[in-house]
Amino acid sequence: MSSAPSSTYSAVTLTVNGEKHTLTVDHRTTLLDALRERLDLTGTKKGCDQGQCGACTVLVDGRRNLSCLQLAVAAEGREITTIEGVAEGDGLHPVQEAFLELDGYQCGYCTPGQICSAIAVIEEHAAGWPSAATDDLRPEAGPPPLTPEEIRERMSGNLCRCGAYVSIVQAVARAAADRSAAKEAVA
Amino acid sequence: MTTAPTARQGAVGTAHTRVEGRDKVTGAARYAAEIPFPGLAHGWLVLSTVARGRIRALDTAPVLAMPGVRTVLHHGNAPQVATDYPGLMGGKPDPTAAVFQHDRVPHPGWPVALVVAETPEQAREAAEALVVHYEQEPHDVVFTADHPRARPTGGFGPAVTEKGDLEAELAASAAVVDAEYTTPEEYHNPMEPHGATARWEDGRLEVVDSNQGTMWVAGELANLFSLDPSAVRVRSEHVGGGFGSKGVRAHQVAAVMAATVLRRPVRVVMTRRQMFSLAGYRSPTAQRIRLGADADGRLRALEHRSLSLTSTVHEFNESASAPSRVMYDADAHHTVNSVVRLDVGTPTWMRAPGEAPGSFALESALDELAEKLGVDPIDLRLRNEPERGPVSGLPFAGRNLSACFREGARRFGWADRDPRPGVRRDGRWLLGTGTAAASFPAGAGPSTAAVTAEADGSFTVRINAADIGTGARTALTLVAADALDVVPDRVRVRIGDSDFGPAMIAGGSTGTRSWSWAIRLAAAELRERLAPDVRVPPEGVTVRSDTTAALGALTQRERHSYGAQFAEVAVDPATGEVRVRRMLGVFAAGRIVNPLTARGQLTGGMVWGISMALHEEGVRDRATGGHYGADLASYHVAAHADVPAVEAHWVDDHDPDDPVGIKGIGEVGIVGAAAAVANAVWHATGVRHRHLPIRPDRVLLAGAPDA
Repeated sequence: MSSAPSSTYSAVTLTVNGEKHTLTVDHRTTLLDALRERLDLTGTKKGCDQGQCGACTVLVDGRRNLSCLQLAVAAEGREITTIEGVAEGDGLHPVQEAFLELDGYQCGYCTPGQICSAIAVIEEHAAGWPSAATDDLRPEAGPPPLTPEEIRERMSGNLCRCGAYVSIVQAVARAAADRSAAKEAVA
Repeated sequence: MTTAPTARQGAVGTAHTRVEGRDKVTGAARYAAEIPFPGLAHGWLVLSTVARGRIRALDTAPVLAMPGVRTVLHHGNAPQVATDYPGLMGGKPDPTAAVFQHDRVPHPGWPVALVVAETPEQAREAAEALVVHYEQEPHDVVFTADHPRARPTGGFGPAVTEKGDLEAELAASAAVVDAEYTTPEEYHNPMEPHGATARWEDGRLEVVDSNQGTMWVAGELANLFSLDPSAVRVRSEHVGGGFGSKGVRAHQVAAVMAATVLRRPVRVVMTRRQMFSLAGYRSPTAQRIRLGADADGRLRALEHRSLSLTSTVHEFNESASAPSRVMYDADAHHTVNSVVRLDVGTPTWMRAPGEAPGSFALESALDELAEKLGVDPIDLRLRNEPERGPVSGLPFAGRNLSACFREGARRFGWADRDPRPGVRRDGRWLLGTGTAAASFPAGAGPSTAAVTAEADGSFTVRINAADIGTGARTALTLVAADALDVVPDRVRVRIGDSDFGPAMIAGGSTGTRSWSWAIRLAAAELRERLAPDVRVPPEGVTVRSDTTAALGALTQRERHSYGAQFAEVAVDPATGEVRVRRMLGVFAAGRIVNPLTARGQLTGGMVWGISMALHEEGVRDRATGGHYGADLASYHVAAHADVPAVEAHWVDDHDPDDPVGIKGIGEVGIVGAAAAVANAVWHATGVRHRHLPIRPDRVLLAGAPDA
């Protein structure tokens, strides 16, 4: 539908996991609700619906984004990646693999958000972004060691009420180590 | 094919990743509010904005005229439900879930209406637009230790237990501790909000829900709506956490009402904010403990008095004196649980009800006594190991607390500890270590299971278990595999469906123990039926079990899990900030079925202990009766950055009387954990913190030792 049927609806084209979807959405619809209720991509979770828990974290143009705080109509033209689209083909993303193997979860409800966040954390760290836990902030210092403290600080926007933090941090550390080992092998 | 068993190693006791793990890490696992239904309508609850009073009128006409709105249910038009049936624990059910039956408002956040519309956006806006007129009445929401309406009450044990002359033994003691401890309102906050979809199909009520026991919810819905139990089916496949809060709640009942009125599927999901009013919580407690001991540490007197609150419509008792009834004996031993009724929502079970707040007080008081006597806190506890249950008089079926302390002390490095408080520094931080004991009852509830030998050589287990993140589905797969003597890959466990028949809920750390028992009974009989050369027919061979008789035959004993908790903290006296640097727990919790998931259960409980010690606090506004900041920004639960290295270990723990040998591990991990942190804060600063949480302002106001 190219034109909006009323002043409270608009047509929007969302690019999700590489696929374009054209929808007519209520202007009040969040990106989170558009994914869950309209595109049946229920892997992205609604924990608080007000940007406080991180369960709805998706990647927008490769960066972490709370989909409950974003209106669907504002997401047009962006590359949205949800938990359903982080892996290539039928395999698992290395972060998913690490969460599975190290039991980085319990009830599983915060898990898609934790995994999306972790994927971005590993990229942000590799790109040299500092965090509040980083000691040496000089640009030339390069990425700090990805210590458990660094991971905890960077993942703190994603609550896990089951308290699976210990194994989540282990999973993120393993996935990050595997990634840098793979990069070194290529280089 | 035949089902000849193959010689193999047991699955129980070895680490297995979760059988539904792939679905959880790929987002494929669908939780209750994620199952699509054609023709689905969306309900949005409207909660009372006054703390107490009467609904005078609801302006429904303008709301019904809003786009997409299909109905507004309230006390004037909602279907009637019954509330005079026996609830889960035998007593009357909490009428809070019986929504829209009268015009009374007994507490803030009481459900007054449900707005149903075509889309969630329409329902939400209409619900927020609904004007409700109230006749407001004065309210009392202020919980105090000396509230005049407080009175002793039973529930989860007697109101009062008494032996010996308390005053005489205190007078004869070499050292006495007399202290008051408080814990605040605490909220479960599972990550998945409570949500249910109800629909009628061929005369049968179908509810897809997120709960801790589908039979429990199905049974209550059948009672509420006066339906034959066979006419109600509740399913709950994946549950995003529960912690005691996911039973029968307003959302399911409202969804059933709306589905009945509109004759179409209706989904009702609580908002995070609504969960603070509708999903239950842990009552605040005010506890007084008096301990008296000989110079060598032997307890002569132990008194534990606990006060909690409940609503005006239902009695729930956060029996915080519970740990004193099990942990330590004394010549004079008195315990009392009291409640006061206030104009607040009904509290409920929350991870280690009774034991979590009770152990904070008791295990803090033991630490204070150790300080006064100059005895090591671990030695003090070991010198007071009772022979029999202090109140029950029953022998213990294995009490491996001392093994936990020995192993914990070794791993934590306790032997090197300087007992003096306030003498260790690391830059701006004062450092300290603390310990505490833990225990939680190892119970079981009657359960049924069906185990089917399929014609293809695989096995299907049907049991109405709930996996709320505990790893129950995986644990039961391992238990069934061993009981059938096959590899776990050949066993499929189906759970969370009331059509599977009665089984214990996921609560009280009883689930895995209760369900495993039923599976083992059925599997044993099935193996007898499947002689090596028996050909399995296409429909399979099914055996059903019921553990009611077996449970009744179990010898009466004090059966508990135990643990020793250790914490190291750093306290900044300039900011009042407390950071936990490491935690270590060693537990005696029966047979550990799956070490991978068990470790997560235990460390998860310990993380709750950190959260309880330092962060969690529900605060009420006296003027409105409602909450300040009913959200996850204001009600802080431990986040990644709050949780350091947390380790859980276990010791061998075997009960020869017990045919299953499994104890619960979901709750014992939080017990004593907050006390270990608080005791470490004392060791760091020399200041006792008897009121949780240990907020920066409390640390600052309490001061610090002269450094």
